[in-house]
Amino acid sequence: MLRLLSFTLFLAIWWIAALFVGGAKLPSPPAVLDVIIAEASNGALFLHLGATLARVILAFVLAMSLGSAIGYLMGRVKLADRLGDPWLILLLNLPALVVIVLAYIWAGLTEAAAIAAIAINKLPTAIVTLREGTRALDRSLDEMATVFAMPRWRAFRHVVLPQLAPYIAASARSGLSLVWKIVLVAELLGRPNGVGFEIGVAFQLFDTPRLLAYSLTFAAVVLVIETALVQPFEARATRWRPRAA
Amino acid sequence: MRLEVEISGKTFRSVAGETHEVLAPVNFSLQSGEVGVLIGPSGCGKSTMLRIILGLDRDFHGTIARPPEARIGMVFQEPRLLPWRSVEQNVRLAAPGISETKLSELFRILELDAHRGHFPGELSLGLARRVALARAFAVEPDLLVLDEPLASLDDALAGRLRGEIATLVASRPVMTLLVTHSLDDAIRLGDRLFFLSPRPARIVQEVPIAIPRAERSEAALSRIRTELGALLLESK
Repeated sequence: MLRLLSFTLFLAIWWIAALFVGGAKLPSPPAVLDVIIAEASNGALFLHLGATLARVILAFVLAMSLGSAIGYLMGRVKLADRLGDPWLILLLNLPALVVIVLAYIWAGLTEAAAIAAIAINKLPTAIVTLREGTRALDRSLDEMATVFAMPRWRAFRHVVLPQLAPYIAASARSGLSLVWKIVLVAELLGRPNGVGFEIGVAFQLFDTPRLLAYSLTFAAVVLVIETALVQPFEARATRWRPRAA
Repeated sequence: MRLEVEISGKTFRSVAGETHEVLAPVNFSLQSGEVGVLIGPSGCGKSTMLRIILGLDRDFHGTIARPPEARIGMVFQEPRLLPWRSVEQNVRLAAPGISETKLSELFRILELDAHRGHFPGELSLGLARRVALARAFAVEPDLLVLDEPLASLDDALAGRLRGEIATLVASRPVMTLLVTHSLDDAIRLGDRLFFLSPRPARIVQEVPIAIPRAERSEAALSRIRTELGALLLESK
């Protein structure tokens, strides 16, 4: 209920602002809705959203799985941590734009280059979060698993993974928002489709309704995925914890 | 089966770079069906000794010989349960092969029936300790290691659990190593008592108790208590 109220307030502010600023700079909600409906009915909206979503999913899965594995290794093995740390600091501080441009120069304006560039941007934060999680693992529970001769996989699944789950959830949450932002830049710079490409076109034509139509549907998709997938996973991962007051 | 402990020493290097001697030479052995009790002052190195025997600490001088196939059941000083798994899952994860009948029996004896589905965070310490005991019993161990298992339990429950430990030890050929502060637990459960010195720990007295566990009457127990008191005073 409160959410709905907050959303209505947002629409109201937008509408009032549109009346003051004028339709060219800030079109009113119905004007944007018209564009959304038009783009949806000719299929372009779904094509571009689909292309962007596919890139997000691929890059996200790639970065999360690789980042989690490397982070876990660096948290467990001192040598890996020492070797990997300078790389990690470099990657963490490398601007997204540099990675994307270099990827396109080195690998061509290809799908693989775009996805790799997005994944590389997300990778270091996943590593850092999972490394922290691994360092925080409870040694006494590891000992318990050893004494009771639990097979490796069972110990990993029931002893280690539940301890890492909150870190994985946090990394997924922050990672997803990072990927959402970067995917559009990668599309703008070197892809012939996707929401980022459409926004680029709208920018060149100063077509604000079109720009808003794409950005808002994209934001809506992000919101749905966040509430339908990420939050339930987070809640499940921390379900055994006593509830906060 | 037989457990042979021959530790010739264990040192520990502190952050400041000083070396501390934690264990002096300690030798003893334990047979199947026997309960050995380690009694010593706090901080004398009992826990270190247990970690070495369990294979958790390999940085020591000496040898520990135990059959590699020996199943170990352990009750740690803190319960060390998995907070994200229910009571039943905690037990089943340690003992995946346990039958439903055995599990129910165990839960009934330890009065955990009502708590099967609870998470450890919802249990009192006393209950959590009982779950830890259930887990150790469930694996049908060849070597049972109990580190202060009855601490912080009320007398009635401690007495009952002591009885359960005695029953288990009698039912299977298990080597049991009990660490305790309580002389009472020691003489009620132990076959051989090892009295340890302050750090670096060594065995100052080894006292066998000849009367079988089941036949120790209150009178016999109080006699043993007096004898031990005199013996310990003498050794000091």
